[in-house]
Amino acid sequence: MIAASHLRKSFGSTAVLEDVSFELAAGQCLALLGPNGAGKTTILRILATLLRPTSGSLALAGVDALKEPEAARALIGVVAHGSYIYEDLSALENLRFWTVMAGGDASPERLRAALRQVELDSVVHERARTFSAGMKRRLALARVLLSRARLLFLDEPFTGLDQQGRKWLNEFVLGFKASGGTVVIATHSFATGLAAADRVAILAGGRILADQPCADLSWEAIRGLYESLIDADEAMPRDAMTREAMS
Amino acid sequence: MTGYARRAGIVLWKDLLTERRSKESLNALLFFSLLLLFLFEFALGPDRERLRAALPGLLWLGFVLAGLLGLGKSFMIERDNDCWEGLRLTPGDKSAIYVGKLLGNFLTMAVVEVFVLALFGLFYDVDLRPVLAPLSVVLLLGTVGLAAVGTLFAAMTAQVRARELLFPVLLLPAQVPLLLAAVSATQSLLLGRPLAEVGHWLQLLAVADLVYVVVGLLTFEFILDA
Repeated sequence: MIAASHLRKSFGSTAVLEDVSFELAAGQCLALLGPNGAGKTTILRILATLLRPTSGSLALAGVDALKEPEAARALIGVVAHGSYIYEDLSALENLRFWTVMAGGDASPERLRAALRQVELDSVVHERARTFSAGMKRRLALARVLLSRARLLFLDEPFTGLDQQGRKWLNEFVLGFKASGGTVVIATHSFATGLAAADRVAILAGGRILADQPCADLSWEAIRGLYESLIDADEAMPRDAMTREAMS
Repeated sequence: MTGYARRAGIVLWKDLLTERRSKESLNALLFFSLLLLFLFEFALGPDRERLRAALPGLLWLGFVLAGLLGLGKSFMIERDNDCWEGLRLTPGDKSAIYVGKLLGNFLTMAVVEVFVLALFGLFYDVDLRPVLAPLSVVLLLGTVGLAAVGTLFAAMTAQVRARELLFPVLLLPAQVPLLLAAVSATQSLLLGRPLAEVGHWLQLLAVADLVYVVVGLLTFEFILDA
């Protein structure tokens, strides 16, 4: 479903990603784990066709995403920090807008069904301005449900969510996987970020230091691996450079 | 309805609905236009003849200044919550977004222009009724051009840090042919000349409109992706 090969990204003379390669099959979830500035968001933005790598290749569901980004975009769902929500529109109106823009069926029944699925059916006509962070995240996921997305990219999706919200989001990811979808989550949270993941890739300084199946490792083992790799990487000066280049 | 028209229509619907609820642009623009009229009145004094001679220029100056404020804000809504990024990710021809935005800006400017025109007649004691029909043609052509080039430059500068400065600096020189034709045609019409006599100015306006709209349609995708 996703085949990223030797991805490299630099801003001027500053390399942000170095030789990132991984493959992910349908129905799998990869967690990108790393400190701030490790390159997680850069990878997600490249996967989402929002950023072009300096070199390397990327295939999404068999589509060459660098040559045919438009074709790839029809398969992609992104939930990033902003969530793409218009504050002065209601939940239903936001969904109507994005569904029509994606070329989908925006009938009220279908939109309401999606809102029911993300448990926002009681606030259908409320303006998004009044929503909490968790509700906005759910609304963004309803947008993904209404699209034809088979690939879901989540950037720090657990930030600002309470315990119940995190649990709900993990269940959502599990459901998306079960329907044959593929998920990539960028996170720095061990406890919540890995619950739905099949594999974890540990990043620092723009490189994947380890790529392990989660089933083989306990959370404690992953944490130990993470700390040993990050400490050994001496990544801090490079991270600072990366953050500066990204800002 | 085709997918293209649906997508342009939903952008227009979203912009108008958001504006109706937030009332951020229209209220400010109407108030700003009122202030301009007062300023012109104070600057030119009570001499009616002087006022009448300056009227076409003042009228279009009011439209341009109000347009600068309104157009500059038209893409600000897309910056909140990264909606701009969401628009980039939507599949299909991105020029539909430009068309929707252009229509929204045109309608907003048209409302402001009707308001300004009515107040001009009232403030400066000018009976615009006899020239209203031909004047509407000039206003229509002029406003399409202003909205077309303004929407394009507003998109171009929306993601730039110094956009408040850059937007008028880029936009005003690009509007020169439009303003030249619009002010000249308006002046002739206010002097009582028939529409046929300003045909060459109308042609210039129509050609400028066509060029601006086509350039907008062809380049918007690159601007959105830049």
